[in-house]
Amino acid sequence: MLDATLLAGQVFNGFSVASLFVLAALGLALSFGLMRVINMAHGEMLMLGGYLAYLTYLVVPGPLAILVAMPVAFLGAALLGAVLELTVIRKLAARPLDTLLATWGVSLILQQAARSIFGPIGVGVTAPDWLNTGFLLAGVYIPSTRLFILAVAVVVLAVLGLVIARTRLGLLVRAVNQDRMMAAASGINVRRVDLAVFCLGTGIAGLAGVVLSLLGPVTPSVGQSYIVPAFLVVVMGGLGSMVGTTVAAIILGLVSAISQIFLDVSMSQVLMLLSVIVFLQFRPQGVVATRSRALEE
Amino acid sequence: MTDHPIFKHGWIVVLAVGICAPALLSSYDLNLLGRFLAMAILAIGIVLIWGEAGILTLGQGVFFGMGGYCIAMYLKLSSLEAGALPDFMEWSGVSALPWWWVPFANPVLALLAIIVVPAVFSGVFAWLVFRRRIVGVYFALITQAVALTFATLLTSQQNTTGGYNGLTGFQTIFGLELGTTDGNRTLYWVTLAILALVFAATRWLIGSRYGTVLRATRDGENRVRFLGYNTTPYKVVAFALSAVFAAIGGALFTLHAGVVSPAFVGVVPSIEMIVWVAVGGRHSLWGAISGVLIVNFAKDMISSALPEAWLYVLGLVFILVVMFLPNGLAGLVDDLWQKYRTRDGSNDMAGSTGALEESK
Repeated sequence: MLDATLLAGQVFNGFSVASLFVLAALGLALSFGLMRVINMAHGEMLMLGGYLAYLTYLVVPGPLAILVAMPVAFLGAALLGAVLELTVIRKLAARPLDTLLATWGVSLILQQAARSIFGPIGVGVTAPDWLNTGFLLAGVYIPSTRLFILAVAVVVLAVLGLVIARTRLGLLVRAVNQDRMMAAASGINVRRVDLAVFCLGTGIAGLAGVVLSLLGPVTPSVGQSYIVPAFLVVVMGGLGSMVGTTVAAIILGLVSAISQIFLDVSMSQVLMLLSVIVFLQFRPQGVVATRSRALEE
Repeated sequence: MTDHPIFKHGWIVVLAVGICAPALLSSYDLNLLGRFLAMAILAIGIVLIWGEAGILTLGQGVFFGMGGYCIAMYLKLSSLEAGALPDFMEWSGVSALPWWWVPFANPVLALLAIIVVPAVFSGVFAWLVFRRRIVGVYFALITQAVALTFATLLTSQQNTTGGYNGLTGFQTIFGLELGTTDGNRTLYWVTLAILALVFAATRWLIGSRYGTVLRATRDGENRVRFLGYNTTPYKVVAFALSAVFAAIGGALFTLHAGVVSPAFVGVVPSIEMIVWVAVGGRHSLWGAISGVLIVNFAKDMISSALPEAWLYVLGLVFILVVMFLPNGLAGLVDDLWQKYRTRDGSNDMAGSTGALEESK
């Protein structure tokens, strides 16, 4: 029989996995919605965030180092994102598939660079004591790190939602999202909006890298293990929608965690992929479909 | 694209050199060349699906691996006495042969499986995805997830797949001693013959009515639909064919290399396969073959001299080629040829085809 506590525990785990997926996928989804390009080096932004967290811990040890590491990683990854956008992505704007390939080249170089600088094995980041605890909730053990990650994801989603809904940048983003040509014609510098959103997205990935470092060592390929599910989240979420991305991340997080009650990790990965393909049979445009009369997106 | 006189009759010279290669190369180099020609069969499939149909797939390693594992399972079983289990299964305490291994004891079924397994798998997958009109970046990302999943599956089901180390330790196939000079030579000629066959078949297919519709789908899928075509079967067939080519390449590669493992299946090898074709030229069959040879000989040289440097080189080459040479070396050769012809004064059709290419 299925144990209720076990199930509850896995549901919690599912949400915690989902929060990692959201953090990894949000940036991808934002710039995909705006520019229709996928940045294959997005996983390396997670990696960079992780390494920046490690470096920050070396400079400012102490219980609050993680709170310093988060803005550092955000800015570092956003900066690298800016360089990437200006040198590669902008030049390939009209060829989305080629952008994907070129950014994969970038990803390869960044991974190898990390290997040369920090070594292939990876570096450990110890979570501060106030995160190294946990508590029992209705018989389910809740580790604080997992709860912290969940909280970070919620805060990021809330802030991003506010930025999109309430700020001038958000207004511009919505305008370009709806109709790039009209936005440009009314005097919006669409290229600058692209750049801002791309940096915001890579910055969030950097942030995700910091929370990832709480769960395991930071290795040159740490981004790779999260990026493929993040891609699936984007595919399933629908064109760059924040709500869609969140819902898709929760669905996939739950599928992954709950199936691991019955299956091993690799079979649960198979199930995750199958569920995406089955889901797309019913909603090929993703969780949130963009309503449009345009023939081609 | 390939109507230069060099290419029109050049294939005879290339084929002749190919046939004589065993006399010219050391057995190490011949083995490498044999592997690369096997990879070239896969690259031809990529030209079909990516160059002609415009569908980027990041999961060709899956089918390469399928072909490889199909032949490797047969080789494993054929080297055993009746009823015995492959060594790695015994080590991990498996007591009976898993049901899906059983057909591979039969050579005919194993050879058939190299074609049927990837064809069915890719056909069903592509039909499910294409019928819902999932295209472009979405499709590429899903195929990448397939590559990751398949590689993870092979690695984790250690006791029935050989896990991380894959399958190795083959001795003979149909009486041919693998790993000997004679065996390598015969295997090389077989590979060359199959490559030539696949090349000719694909060339014919691209020139046929089917090829025309496929290219039209690439350039304006909705327009083709409005003309009354259902584009889905065209794309499914192209994807399945490219998968079958990949599997044939994978099976031959496994014979040359003597090993198949998840290392040839996952995300990175699958994209590397795209790199070969991107460097050579995605719209050109000759380009794709040259791309395979150039990239892989370079890989062999660089990674034996400076193992650290190879990934930097690969990444950088890929970025530069994609940004500045979208049609690869074949496109470059073509442009230079075009320029030469124009300067020569014999500017007949050259200018106008150039203009068409530009407006795309």
